[in-house]
Amino acid sequence: MMDPALLLLYVLVFPGLLFLVGYGFLLQFVDRKLAARMQARVGPPLLQPFADFVKMLAKETITPTGVKRADFDWAPLLAFAAVATAFMYVPVIGLSPFAFQGDLILVLYLLTVPSIVLFLLGWLSRNIFATLGGVRAITQLFIYEVPFFLALLAPAIMAGSWSISVIVAWQASHPWFALLQPIGFVVALIGLQAKLERTPFDIPEAETEIVAGPWTELTGRRLALMHLTMDIALVAGSALVAALFLGGPLLPWTIEPAWLAGLAGFGLFLAKTLAILLVLTSLRMAMGRVRIDQLNDFGWKYLASAAILQVFVVLAMNAWWAP
Amino acid sequence: MPEIVVPIGPHHPALKEPVNFKVIADGELIVRLELDISYNHRGIEKAAESRDFIKVVPLLERVCGICSHSHTTTFVKGIEEAMKLTIPKRAQYLRTVVAELERMHSHLLWLGVAAHEIGFNTLFMWTWRDREAVQDSLEELTGNRVNYGINEVGGVRRDISDREAVRVLDRLPLLEDRIAKYREMVAHEPTTLARFRGVGRLTRTEALSYGTVGPTARASGVEYDIRRDDPYLAYEEMPWEIVTDTHGDVFGRTLVRIGELLESLKIVRYGLENMPGGPVKVPAPRGGPRAEILSRYEAPRGELAHFMRTNNTDKVERLDIRTPTLANWTSVAVSLVGQNLADIPVVVAAIDPCLSCTSRVTIVDREERETKTLTWEELRDHGKRFYREKRGV
Repeated sequence: MMDPALLLLYVLVFPGLLFLVGYGFLLQFVDRKLAARMQARVGPPLLQPFADFVKMLAKETITPTGVKRADFDWAPLLAFAAVATAFMYVPVIGLSPFAFQGDLILVLYLLTVPSIVLFLLGWLSRNIFATLGGVRAITQLFIYEVPFFLALLAPAIMAGSWSISVIVAWQASHPWFALLQPIGFVVALIGLQAKLERTPFDIPEAETEIVAGPWTELTGRRLALMHLTMDIALVAGSALVAALFLGGPLLPWTIEPAWLAGLAGFGLFLAKTLAILLVLTSLRMAMGRVRIDQLNDFGWKYLASAAILQVFVVLAMNAWWAP
Repeated sequence: MPEIVVPIGPHHPALKEPVNFKVIADGELIVRLELDISYNHRGIEKAAESRDFIKVVPLLERVCGICSHSHTTTFVKGIEEAMKLTIPKRAQYLRTVVAELERMHSHLLWLGVAAHEIGFNTLFMWTWRDREAVQDSLEELTGNRVNYGINEVGGVRRDISDREAVRVLDRLPLLEDRIAKYREMVAHEPTTLARFRGVGRLTRTEALSYGTVGPTARASGVEYDIRRDDPYLAYEEMPWEIVTDTHGDVFGRTLVRIGELLESLKIVRYGLENMPGGPVKVPAPRGGPRAEILSRYEAPRGELAHFMRTNNTDKVERLDIRTPTLANWTSVAVSLVGQNLADIPVVVAAIDPCLSCTSRVTIVDREERETKTLTWEELRDHGKRFYREKRGV
């Protein structure tokens, strides 16, 4: 176990909270800039996401009539805390110091919290657009969550561990899971896109249909915090997929000294998360929004079947091939 | 889920102009729909009665931000008919070229808006970028990007040089290329297909019985285009065909509009290449004889009709504007029933509504401090009473 002071540094500064927030802003910038360039626009300057955040913090917070102020205050905080906690278990420079058997399941559950909070916000808002958006958010959760979980559990089955760090370590001596389980990798990317509510899965906040969905009544620091939560969910989600399918921050060979290994691992982390972001952004730019009933068909007919197929393939491989 | 009432408008991100739908939905399914228009009455028809033929043209240009040329052409065409003026060939050609460029910019704008309604913002940005080429052409030909100010009673106000014509012609191959690409995109991109196909369906019979016009009608297989059925300007000499489709849904309306983009491009090219010489206007008399004219025009959104009555003065005694959006509204309310809540924006957008043109009658009662719109029966009763008392009919 690490020194308590170092551990505190890990949680609060690097690669914990401070880095997470900073990297969240950076990913938002890269996402927006890439999107803008693909659409033949100029795009925002580097610090725009941070400026937006600070500006929104300074804005008035309005609580709709008939809504308990406290409920509206804690809901975004809860979502933020859940995602920030989930990130502690995802390897960034090396393996996570908090790793334990079963942290994969904990992370998956914590990453579900923002969607549930969005539903709650929509339900609490007492606004027809927010309510509809909340109902859509929870419907969408039931559609993508099963294939997403199945796809992320397949590497765990093959590596024989419920710990993300063990799965990453397994890939250091074997091929990446993206190569071993290509179907699962694709399902995981689609599931991540749906989890982050990005086009074509931005159904809960479809601007032209239901204004901003659950976000409609959020103002000021609540809105800022909720946006930040989605940003760090992007970091945590892409880091999780990078860890499970692309080998995370570990290299197949050992590097001396330790600081160089840490640096190389961090470089790998950046490269892999940015690569996943590039895929997600391209997906967002290349499509329109689907309808919730169409997503239902797609999710249960194809996505879930593909994920189940992947799990069967993994079970069969485990039985006969046993890497 | 119990039935819920979702208010779409008068202010809503999907709407660029005010209209109000009260949507009664069962979960995500639309059960019933109440339509309320007339948030935007500007009294243009009344204002037109107090201006002479020279001053009324710039006013009518401002009926609509997009079909500005449509409204002025319809009006001057009617007045010229009343005055029995023959307009020079070159002026007719110029008006046709501007009209078709306007149709192109309107349809490209529409394609972007329709894509935006389904969240496909890349297509939105791309079509609007390419629309700039059309806007630039219009600016070079007329001097303005939006309200071209090129029509006047008796001809057009501005002649074009050969160099300007060539510069516009040079832009056409790029546009042709891009439009073909958009046709490809719309026909193959899976999410667009999923959101456009089978949505807002109108059969041919429905399209006829609800009196739809323009691309909305043509997408349901109704072969109706004023440019062919009641030819005006130089359309008889131009090589073009009516674009129709049998899908009858938003997808069909998209295909019709993209097809019309290519047809318009052909007309613009032919018009500029075969532009006859000669003057661009004839002197027009100040006043018009006593006459009643119904002037029809195929605007980008469909049939536009101006009814005007002149009375030996230099002003119109009555001007009545019937815009295509008004003709198409009821079809929206009908085709939305049974659809998904998420389909509202795109079905509404599919008729390309232009609300500032449409809003006509609002009753403001200053004593009672209330604003209301007239029902059809009230309007009829008012009309009967008006003619009985004022005209002795």
